[in-house]
Amino acid sequence: MHPVLLTIFQRLGLGLLTLFLVSVVIFSALEFLPGDFGEAVLGQAATEETVAAFRRELGLDQPAVVRYVQWIASVLQGDFGTSFSGRAASGVDRSRSVVEMIGPRLSNTLFLASMAAIIAVPLALFLGITAALKRNTFYDKAVSASTLTTISFPEFFVAYLLILLFSSWLQWFPSLANVNDDMPLLERAYRAALPALTLTLVIVAHMMRMTRAAIINLLASPYIEMARLKGASPSDVILKHALPNAWAPIVNVIAFNLAYLVVGVVVVEVVFVYPGIGQLMVDAVKSRDIPVVQACALIFAATYILLNLFADVVSIATNPRLLHPK
Amino acid sequence: MSESDQGYSAVAEAGSVLERRSLWLRAWLELRKAPVSAWIGLVIIVSYVIVAVFAPWIAPYGEAEVHPQPYAPWGGDFIFGTDQIGRDVFTRLIYGARNTVGIAFVTTIIAFLMGGGLALAAAVRGGWIDQVLSRFVDVLMAIPNLIFALMLLSMFGSSLINIIMIIAILDSTRVFRLTRAVAMNVVVMDYVEAARLRGESIGWVMRREILPNILPPLVAEFGLRFCFVFLTIAALSFLGVGIQPPTADWGSMVRENAGLIQFAQYDIKAAITPLLPAGAIALLTVGVNFVVDWFLHKTSGLRDEH
Amino acid sequence: MSTDTDDSVLLEIRDLRIDGFSDERWHEIIKGVDLTLRRGQVMGLIGESGAGKSTLGLAAMGFARPGCRLTSGSIRFDGVELMDAPESEKRKLWGSRICYVAQSAAASFNPAHRLIEQTTEAALSHGLQSGAEAQAAARELYRAMQLPNPDTIGDRYPHQVSGGQLQRAMTAMAMASKPDLIIFDEPTTALDVTTQVGVLAAMRSVVEQFNTAAIYITHDLAVVAQMADVIKVLRFGETMEDAPTREMLSAPKHPYTKSLWSVRALQKEAEKSDDIVLDVRSVDAAYGSSKVLHDVSVRVPRGKTVAVVGESGSGKSTTARVITGLLPPSAGKVFFNGQALPAALRDRSVEQLRQIQMIYQSADTAMNPRHTVGDIIGRPLEFYHGLRGAAKQKRVLELLQLIELDGNFIDRLPGELSGGQKQRICIARALAAEPDVIICDEVTSALDQIVQEGILKLLLRLQKELGVTYVFITHDIAVVKAISDEIVVMLEGRVVQQDIKDHVLSPPQPEYTRRLLASVPEMDPDWLTRLLEEQADVVARADGD
Repeated sequence: MHPVLLTIFQRLGLGLLTLFLVSVVIFSALEFLPGDFGEAVLGQAATEETVAAFRRELGLDQPAVVRYVQWIASVLQGDFGTSFSGRAASGVDRSRSVVEMIGPRLSNTLFLASMAAIIAVPLALFLGITAALKRNTFYDKAVSASTLTTISFPEFFVAYLLILLFSSWLQWFPSLANVNDDMPLLERAYRAALPALTLTLVIVAHMMRMTRAAIINLLASPYIEMARLKGASPSDVILKHALPNAWAPIVNVIAFNLAYLVVGVVVVEVVFVYPGIGQLMVDAVKSRDIPVVQACALIFAATYILLNLFADVVSIATNPRLLHPK
Repeated sequence: MSESDQGYSAVAEAGSVLERRSLWLRAWLELRKAPVSAWIGLVIIVSYVIVAVFAPWIAPYGEAEVHPQPYAPWGGDFIFGTDQIGRDVFTRLIYGARNTVGIAFVTTIIAFLMGGGLALAAAVRGGWIDQVLSRFVDVLMAIPNLIFALMLLSMFGSSLINIIMIIAILDSTRVFRLTRAVAMNVVVMDYVEAARLRGESIGWVMRREILPNILPPLVAEFGLRFCFVFLTIAALSFLGVGIQPPTADWGSMVRENAGLIQFAQYDIKAAITPLLPAGAIALLTVGVNFVVDWFLHKTSGLRDEH
Repeated sequence: MSTDTDDSVLLEIRDLRIDGFSDERWHEIIKGVDLTLRRGQVMGLIGESGAGKSTLGLAAMGFARPGCRLTSGSIRFDGVELMDAPESEKRKLWGSRICYVAQSAAASFNPAHRLIEQTTEAALSHGLQSGAEAQAAARELYRAMQLPNPDTIGDRYPHQVSGGQLQRAMTAMAMASKPDLIIFDEPTTALDVTTQVGVLAAMRSVVEQFNTAAIYITHDLAVVAQMADVIKVLRFGETMEDAPTREMLSAPKHPYTKSLWSVRALQKEAEKSDDIVLDVRSVDAAYGSSKVLHDVSVRVPRGKTVAVVGESGSGKSTTARVITGLLPPSAGKVFFNGQALPAALRDRSVEQLRQIQMIYQSADTAMNPRHTVGDIIGRPLEFYHGLRGAAKQKRVLELLQLIELDGNFIDRLPGELSGGQKQRICIARALAAEPDVIICDEVTSALDQIVQEGILKLLLRLQKELGVTYVFITHDIAVVKAISDEIVVMLEGRVVQQDIKDHVLSPPQPEYTRRLLASVPEMDPDWLTRLLEEQADVVARADGD
């Protein structure tokens, strides 16, 4: 088999293994629950029978391995179980399935994240590459200093600053980003503008700094100096000599920051009361609704792992040493 | 260093002596050359430490003291007004320095002791200990920190000790990875091999040969790690699953006063109130980042010197 | 070596000054150098590390690396002033009329492009040739550079060919646009001696063939003697001496120039001895699954020096690792005073460890940068001999005196010492243990010639005074001649020969010993010519990789 494919398969295998181990860690969340959580979920008035029925429903009478296999099998079929909330001591079950709760919110979160990414990725790459090319100029120093400041800000600080300025003071944008599926796209984008802008600011700073470092590192290679000494024009140096070797580091930077976006989304959704899965997860954590927490954690972790996996595959596939084996 | 004062003979080569400076003198000389940003950072950090240590003497009221007037405006008895149940915002900001910074500091130290200690052992011993620890850390790091923390808090609940331990363990994975990487660079050095050939114990090699040489990157990492821990705890408190009332804490204060921001057109001061604790968090991380940035630049520059 | 009649001046540098940035300020690193190069002439630019050779070589192209700046003076190339020319002007010359051959070809070829694309790039971008012409010319050059499969090797990527071949390909790349001037920046420093011969011969022949002027930068006078018509000796950014090659070799004027071959003047009378202190018997060793030592036996007589020579990958250093116990052998044993040593380091007693000490190639990495000289020398005193406090201090001072260093070095950190001083401290650390055997792993190869001489003399004196035994690992035959009693020649993990020095250095010799010794450049401008005539087939075999 071609070494590139072999390496990619090895990396994919490792990624799957990581996903498996992460799913085990997330599954074991149920194992560590205190013994009286049945009463906690169903309320003090729950009878022993309803508690026992509840425990049976969760399968707590079966060994952990069996339950894991059942759990992961249903997860793979898109079934994350049933929420703890909405259950009553009387045994009346008004709980909803986790998928039902997550579905619409997941698409909202993806909408917000892609809005931020569409602005942030090109902007950060542009700033990072130009800062690296104009190294040690005023432009470079100004961009670096302002991004160093921005990465130090907590997301909610940026978010409230923007609310204070654009919503509360200037009243250009709504402070609550309550979107729903029935809205036209522009309306949704308008309402999600401030959360998206917050995420963009935070991501651009990180991403620009990493891009700058990666490009400077690349431009310090002896073969770049050699290209210049061969009389190659600045555009040739960049396009012919730097770019073919730059894909791996750049894709790494993008993937890392999109993964970071996944986490940043949680706080931002809470600030703007945006109906995404970040906010859902925080609410579930507060009410200790474990199935929902598990489902959200699994989605976040899987996104994170897959993004990093994608970056690794790209750097393998663009590595000349692997593309052209001896 | 210049060698131009040497002659052509081996005797002169062997005899040349360079001026030596004491550690403190060198530190002071470095500081004098430090850029403005590093100085701003240092001043910020020192002021926060002073406020945190002397909080009870600086604060006008008690940490949880409730006054009759909720949401009092700025000025008068209350410099920054009162919060939703009538506690003095200024007082809580000062105590917040102590709680938020103190908790983050303790957490970071625990993370370093755990992650750094295990990483040194892994780097020096190598073999299966290294393999097992590294793979375990890889898996923990495959889940985003905040998400993992949220999940663990939903399982164990948000007590102070849980928060400290959960964040410390999660962040120790990052410390582990960095410490192992820099320690690995030192482990391959000939002087470590020389110590092993001499018959030195592993403890001695870790303490005397490796630790002094990985200190600069670890100090820088401590600063960065502190920022991350500090921001994570603030974020958790802001989300309502971190430090619980009545403890004064900046993250929770932002959440509790967030509603005031809507009144910018009526009372801009009141609207700024929730930004005060958020700004306090931002200012400290900016300060630490400025100092770390300068320090990293300094130490990596030293490494390139011939 | 040029026979061309047009000897007009091609490159003229006047009072050139260049600043380098370090320690947060600018220092002058080239201090007013003049240089005149005629068409077709090859100038050797020689000097030790930090002399500013590369900086000057690049400045001849009007190029300054990041962190350097051309401050004043004039650089005229064929009537064009490069000093303050805009980069767009200089780019027209770079790659077409002036070309550069870098020290590390492996790092200087772009990993993403085929060799032939990179070879023809400059000629195409300057519009000198059409694509097909350039490709044909490149293949011709590969042939001239004696690369294997010259018609197809250009289709390979840089990582697919060996170091010696890459260095030839880089010279072909420089020749591709038939430039007037080539700057060779230490082009053979990274190569083994047997590979170096072939590359040198090929470079010399193409430079002669196209009557190209060249500046050949190196720290090795013997190498430059083969290439250059004139030699310029540089030290700390200043010219020490300018002279035609033969004149400089026969009658160096400046004392610094004379010091450049001081090591070659050192000689030691070899003595035979049968009192064996260290005996490596039929050792096999492997890193993981790759076997690196095959049936290696080395006998080390007491109080004598055994030099272990060989090229990179020959297993010299691995043999040292087996002796010290860092790499337990898979077969065979190491005997010390007739007693078998435990194979692994951790099974050896402190006393066994004390008896064999080690000195490393790079004193920079052999000493903990955070320990003072007193700590470094004092630790073995404390560890092996239990010395503490004043007794330890007294002994450290004695050892410092023994290695000819002043007592006030005791509280210095390694970063505050020069290269030679550092290596002396490492010697003192080894002596502190009072060992029977010291293993010296390339201890002089990172040092400048003059410092090498000092270290070798010190080692010889210590041996005479203390009777210590050396196992001296090196690839430098001049050093071997200076210090050894016996020589072990190694090749690909096997011992080719062990005998007393005079026997190894003179015929009859095994074929590899002969080839290795023949490949070591001599201080004789005719050496390479003679060697090529004598061994017409050496090139074909030397580049068998």
